[in-house]
Amino acid sequence: MTTDQWDAAALLAVYSAMAIYTLAFIAFAVDLARRSAAKPVMTRELVGAGASSAAEPAMEAPVAGAGRGARIGYVLTVLGWGVHLAGTLLRGIAAGRVPWANMYEFALTGIAVIVGVFVLSRLWRDLTYLGVFITGLAVVFLGAATVNFYVPPVPLPPALQTYWLVIHVFVATLATGFFALGASLSILQILRERRANGFLRSLPGAEQLEDLSYRVGVIGFIFWTFTLIAGAIWAEHAWGRYWGWDTKEVWTFIIWVLYAGYIHARATRGWRGSRSAWLQIIGFTAIIFNFAVVNLFFTGLHAYSGLVTN
Amino acid sequence: MSPSSSPDRAAADPLRPGDHVDAPEPAERTGSGPKLGFVGWLRFLWRQLTSMRTAIVLLLLLAVGAIPGSLVPQRSSDPNGVIQVRADNPDLVWLYDALSLHDVYSSPWFSAIYILLFTSLVGCVIPRLAHHWKAMRALPPRTPARLSRLVGFQTVAGDASDLDRADGVLKKLGYRTTRYGDSVSAERGYLRESGNLLFHISLLALILVVGLGSGFGYNGQRLLVEGRGFANTLSSYDTFSEGQWFDDATLEPFSIRLDDLDVLYETENRNAMGAPLDFTAHVTVNEPTGDRAAQIKVNEPLRVMGADLYLISNGYAPRISVRDAEGELVYDEYTPFLAQDDLMTSLGVMKLPDGLVEQLGLRGFFYPTAVQLDTGALASGYTDLLNPVLSLQAFTGDLGLDEGIPRSVYALETDAMTQIAGGDSGTEALMLAPGQTVEIPGGLGTITFEDVVRYGVIEVHVDHTQTPVFWIAMVLVASLLGSLLIPRRRLWVKAVPAGLELAGLARGEDPTLERAVDDLARRLRPPQAETDDSQPPRRTSE
Ligand code: HEM
Repeated sequence: MTTDQWDAAALLAVYSAMAIYTLAFIAFAVDLARRSAAKPVMTRELVGAGASSAAEPAMEAPVAGAGRGARIGYVLTVLGWGVHLAGTLLRGIAAGRVPWANMYEFALTGIAVIVGVFVLSRLWRDLTYLGVFITGLAVVFLGAATVNFYVPPVPLPPALQTYWLVIHVFVATLATGFFALGASLSILQILRERRANGFLRSLPGAEQLEDLSYRVGVIGFIFWTFTLIAGAIWAEHAWGRYWGWDTKEVWTFIIWVLYAGYIHARATRGWRGSRSAWLQIIGFTAIIFNFAVVNLFFTGLHAYSGLVTN
Repeated sequence: MSPSSSPDRAAADPLRPGDHVDAPEPAERTGSGPKLGFVGWLRFLWRQLTSMRTAIVLLLLLAVGAIPGSLVPQRSSDPNGVIQVRADNPDLVWLYDALSLHDVYSSPWFSAIYILLFTSLVGCVIPRLAHHWKAMRALPPRTPARLSRLVGFQTVAGDASDLDRADGVLKKLGYRTTRYGDSVSAERGYLRESGNLLFHISLLALILVVGLGSGFGYNGQRLLVEGRGFANTLSSYDTFSEGQWFDDATLEPFSIRLDDLDVLYETENRNAMGAPLDFTAHVTVNEPTGDRAAQIKVNEPLRVMGADLYLISNGYAPRISVRDAEGELVYDEYTPFLAQDDLMTSLGVMKLPDGLVEQLGLRGFFYPTAVQLDTGALASGYTDLLNPVLSLQAFTGDLGLDEGIPRSVYALETDAMTQIAGGDSGTEALMLAPGQTVEIPGGLGTITFEDVVRYGVIEVHVDHTQTPVFWIAMVLVASLLGSLLIPRRRLWVKAVPAGLELAGLARGEDPTLERAVDDLARRLRPPQAETDDSQPPRRTSE
């Protein structure tokens, strides 16, 4: 097959993945609607000596409550993810390299990682109640990226031909996957804190959501720290200095500092709870901004959107 | 300031700022507190500065303060953008200057934020260091009277005679243990606090090393046409910037020649015809020890005597010669043309103040593969040299070189000149392929396009902080991992008439504490019970 044929196959897979994610989204939404109509489920709130881990057994509770809609949604998500991964892989084959060298490809891989973190988190904890967020996000972002950012596969400019592209960018997308999950949990936490009616009733308590969100966010932070350092080493190789306050460097730094602020807030009396949750949401907003706005509208050395801007 | 003084806190607890979630609640404030003296005020201010709340606020300020630097061009990263913005908004120049918006990251207000943050950091870390030093030597805390309120509480068969075994098991699991009456008290995870402290200290070290060390380095750029070279001395550089403590006697005594610049272009992918795939500068390095051949590529700098050499840009340099009306050679040079687009349409300028009867200025485009557009204008259709064409406008008059004002070699000041070829002059622009010669209008002489080679811009960079900064960053990551992922926890085993009571307590995030207690229970069950492992531990939680 030629490059263009591989790429056409990749696009077909991406469109199919979007369709399947949409179905999953509907299934999750129906499940939520059903949940809000159902009788209140007893959610066990945090009890005990104030140690967060006392809540551990209670966290398993909502698993059992996951309805048929949620199960169908989850299965569809896994299916959509498989197709999405295939599409990403085909795109990589079409381009003859890793599929994350321009904005369209970042989006493809980044969203695959976000959904992947969600899908695999099941091995650790049942987070099916996040399905609506994750599939919704995947559909919207994949749609926006294919419509706005699509470019045919082209070879890498010399500055990107290095294993640092493989490491630095992939770890950044991994971090983004965890941050997305953390931010979704934070949103639910804030909602849960405000009201406990409708579907919110069927979710774990706000404190459990906060604990989960923190753990996920911390993993994202570790990856992001690594991204920052790997980026500096790469900049040293490519441009002769490890830090030059280029716009992309500035935003990577801003995001890192925001999350450091979040981690401190979680450990501060008066900030734990919805205040720190807001900080995590702001941090994730900065990530989206960094991807969608900084890449396109800010000038700098990282001009790799693959799009012709002027 | 010292939460550990409160009686219910063990000496082994990490010291935390007063508003940390693990610190004891502050005592109830009475309506009118005692009057603070001067020292009292200082202490109050210091406590504020080193509180968690202040750290959060300063971190957020640092994040917000970094934003303007990504919106407004910075002198350090985008000097041309700075010039552009100032030219476009003359009314706002005072504001840019007043707020240091073109130098955000060295501005007084940005510096103030991070200096405050790092003062707070030092104030926070030093007491914690001292405390942690002692805590590492302290015994695990007393066994609480009632274990049943703690995490993972359970009872396994056994009595006081099993405590030695329990002690041994815990030690093997990495706990520090001690005995209080009929109980074993164990604690592990001191490395969590060590990691946290080391992490914050490496942040500080990073800032100091970057700030101090870069003052000794330098950074120079030099454009080299193929076949030419330069020696590493101040005067050979086109641009040069140095740290404040740099001494030019320390310039490494090497020289370097650009033998050949190889560029590889895409020729198959229709979507990216002519896109560069690879740049390689083949150079000869002359060091005191002798000559050697080497190469520089993008992402692969060349190291020479501690300096790093980068290939940062490249382009075409046509060689042009000019003869006067008598046929006498008056000019013969390679002129670097700067690429204006992805297809290497390149712009260049030549100035001939002497030799001809009038001063002559030439400005024009070089097209490596010239194609004619529908409008009749020329454009570059490809990046490599398939059909090279030079198209020049010519000017006579005053080049403005004698006024002592420094002029860019890439710009022609034509205000005091008359155009004699191209533009509105009424005469066609001068079109030349390699080897061709044309007359200069007005009988001034002839111009020959001799040939064309490539040039590369080499950057020489010396930064002694690189290696230390790298290692500090590695320590930073390792300590961050330790600080976030090592659980710090306490376990107790207590002999009561019903058997051995076990329970744990987390110090900080510890999602696996419960499993750790279960694991201990499994290990402590008497040997005969081990044959019956399917039986879950007896839970007696409230
Ligand atoms: C330069 C700015 C700072 C950065 C980037 C930063 C970053 C971090 C990070 C990433 C953590 C979480 C990892 C860990 O637990 O070790 C942390 C924890 C912590 N930081 Fe900072 N920090 C800064 C300044 C400060 C300051 C000024 C203080 C003093 C108030 C402070 C006190 C603490 C404490 C007490 C913890 C432990 C939190 C916990 O118990 O979970 N930090 N810091």
